[in-house]
Amino acid sequence: MTTPGPDKALRKNRKVGLMALSLAVAMLGLGYASVPLYRIFCQVTGFGGTPQIASEAKAAAVNATGETISVRFDSNTAPDMPWQFKPEQVTETAQLGERKIAFFIARNNSDKPVTGQASYNVEPEQAAPYFNKIQCFCFTKQTLQPGEEVRMPVTYYVDPAILKDENAKGVEQVTLSYTFHKLDESGS
Amino acid sequence: MSTNHKDIGTLYLIFAIFAGVVGGAISGIMREELREPGIQVLGKVAMLLNGGAVDFDQQLHLWNVLITAHGLIMVFFLVMPAVIGGFGNWFIPIMIGAPDMAFPRMNNISFWLTVMGFCSLMISPFMSGGTGNGAGVGWTVYAPLSTTGSQGPAMDFAIFALHLAGAASIMGAINFITTIFNMRAPGMTLHKMPLFVWSVLVTAFLLLLALPVLAAAITMLLTDRNFGTTFFDAAGGGDPLLYQHLFWFFGHPEVYIMILPAFGIISQIISTFSRKPVFGYLGMAYAMVAIGVVGFIVWAHHMYTVGLDVNTKMYFTAATMVIAVPTGIKIFSWIATMWGGSLEFKSPMVWAIGFIFLFTVGGVTGVVLANGGIDDVVHDTYYVVGHFHYVLSLGAVTALFAGFYYWFPKMSGKMHSELLAHIQFWIFFVGVNMIFFPMHFLGLQGMPRRYPDYTPAYQHWNEIATYGYYIMSLSLVVFFINIIYAFVAGKKAADNYWGEGATTLEWTLSSPPPFHQFETLPVIKDEGHH
Repeated sequence: MTTPGPDKALRKNRKVGLMALSLAVAMLGLGYASVPLYRIFCQVTGFGGTPQIASEAKAAAVNATGETISVRFDSNTAPDMPWQFKPEQVTETAQLGERKIAFFIARNNSDKPVTGQASYNVEPEQAAPYFNKIQCFCFTKQTLQPGEEVRMPVTYYVDPAILKDENAKGVEQVTLSYTFHKLDESGS
Repeated sequence: MSTNHKDIGTLYLIFAIFAGVVGGAISGIMREELREPGIQVLGKVAMLLNGGAVDFDQQLHLWNVLITAHGLIMVFFLVMPAVIGGFGNWFIPIMIGAPDMAFPRMNNISFWLTVMGFCSLMISPFMSGGTGNGAGVGWTVYAPLSTTGSQGPAMDFAIFALHLAGAASIMGAINFITTIFNMRAPGMTLHKMPLFVWSVLVTAFLLLLALPVLAAAITMLLTDRNFGTTFFDAAGGGDPLLYQHLFWFFGHPEVYIMILPAFGIISQIISTFSRKPVFGYLGMAYAMVAIGVVGFIVWAHHMYTVGLDVNTKMYFTAATMVIAVPTGIKIFSWIATMWGGSLEFKSPMVWAIGFIFLFTVGGVTGVVLANGGIDDVVHDTYYVVGHFHYVLSLGAVTALFAGFYYWFPKMSGKMHSELLAHIQFWIFFVGVNMIFFPMHFLGLQGMPRRYPDYTPAYQHWNEIATYGYYIMSLSLVVFFINIIYAFVAGKKAADNYWGEGATTLEWTLSSPPPFHQFETLPVIKDEGHH
């Protein structure tokens, strides 16, 4: 190893320093990239109770099997949401693979039009990859006029593949939970 | 505004000691509050901070402010500046035979950014934080408590403090990596570097990979708070859990950032006072690399109770336990170094052996906590508080004192009193064990952390812990007396005051070393390594 001249040493330092800096910048980028990556990860794997969204075509390929599972509906509103929001029936029994439709009733109790959107989740988590929604009021924003009451539908089926999953053994009831959040009229 | 690595190292050490006193005083308020059930001292302190009458909620909020400040100060403004900024700046260039750091001016910026970060954190308790003054969120700054749960600028100041300290550390890391890769003296190959240099190299990489993720996460907090984004807000399609993932992806490597340089210091000291090279040098170096690598893939063991499924928990349990293997290699090698060595129980050695003992206790409770099933029960109890204080407050801080007594005469040119250093050790040892060992009992009995009040059933051990705190404070008094003694009446330190066991390059220089060392580079001969 020879001692490099001052210029050469400086250039070498700058090179290593820049390499280290770019590593830090790359990690910063990864930090931000984690936001969409995390969302995709949850949607694909059903991680954390994220239910699946099924296309008509995919849903059409699934047949009812005869085995049944109980589905429970849970409804919540965010603290600042002036709506009354509840399912028409709290539980129903569905055949695995059978396409079902359930209704929720939402009523705007305030004297202003309010726009809201529902977030959703499935419990227990290991059932989430098999809980498929075909259409849901939660996919879009909903606006209710003062005093207006509407029935909001969700069509879904539970994939019969749940029977083959070791981890989902013993799951007799799946809870589908919604929380309605108030959306800012101005933004979003 | 010096750019000399030794000046900056000294500044870092003085700053760390100051910050440590502030953080330690805060824990004094907390221990006094916890001495008995009920709310005793929070009201008085809250009145001082708010400058007027406070309601009960504000008193309780102050508790959260105190734990936040204590955690952030101790992590970012005591341990990190001391081991990396202080000892790292002082001895990395010297140990590899370099005249200075690769980027001396950036080094200066790093230090002053850290100071600015500390100032920002100190402003925070005097700003409105929603419930009362200050940011009361814990050092983890979890959303949504830190977003919708903390209105007012106090939280923004605390986040900004993290930004500044983080930026400073990233710059420091770039500096260390460049210095260690490019500026080693002729013959100083990577596999001949002293283990302290190895430890700082690994730490610098951890900083470089972990801190930007924290920066991203807390920047998202800031935009969620101030600019209407919803990264962590379910109402807008975000997920508060994502914050926890991001935080712990940083947070777990962070604990190794604090402890690896301590490992390095301990290796130097054990070898010096055993008059032997470290047992299994390569194993020691690569054990640190392994700890650094595995440290990045175990983060969710801080989140066992958020609703992870069984398989995920199984993976994180197993991966976490794997870390015990390289850590065990290190403990074993330290003991093997001492085995058959010509042992000399000078003060740094006593502190170092204390470190090995205390760190091992913390490591054992760490293996217990690594189990997802057990963690479900003791999560967020005092058992966890006891565990991480054993590895950090007793581990890292003990190593700090060990390093301080090892190198203080080298840095100042004055010998400290060995007697006082020994006395300080024993008082400190009794004090910290009295504070933190009972916390294991409290945790197993179910006492939750982060509360200022508790049921009277927990009073006994809490009282003992508080008395332990006063004993520990006494040891700090001895520490400061020792420093004063050294400067007033200390003997002049020789070049190599520890004798033939001390073989690294700093012992070839005078004490204190000349302002510019190694103007002709030392050549490292091809015989053995340290």
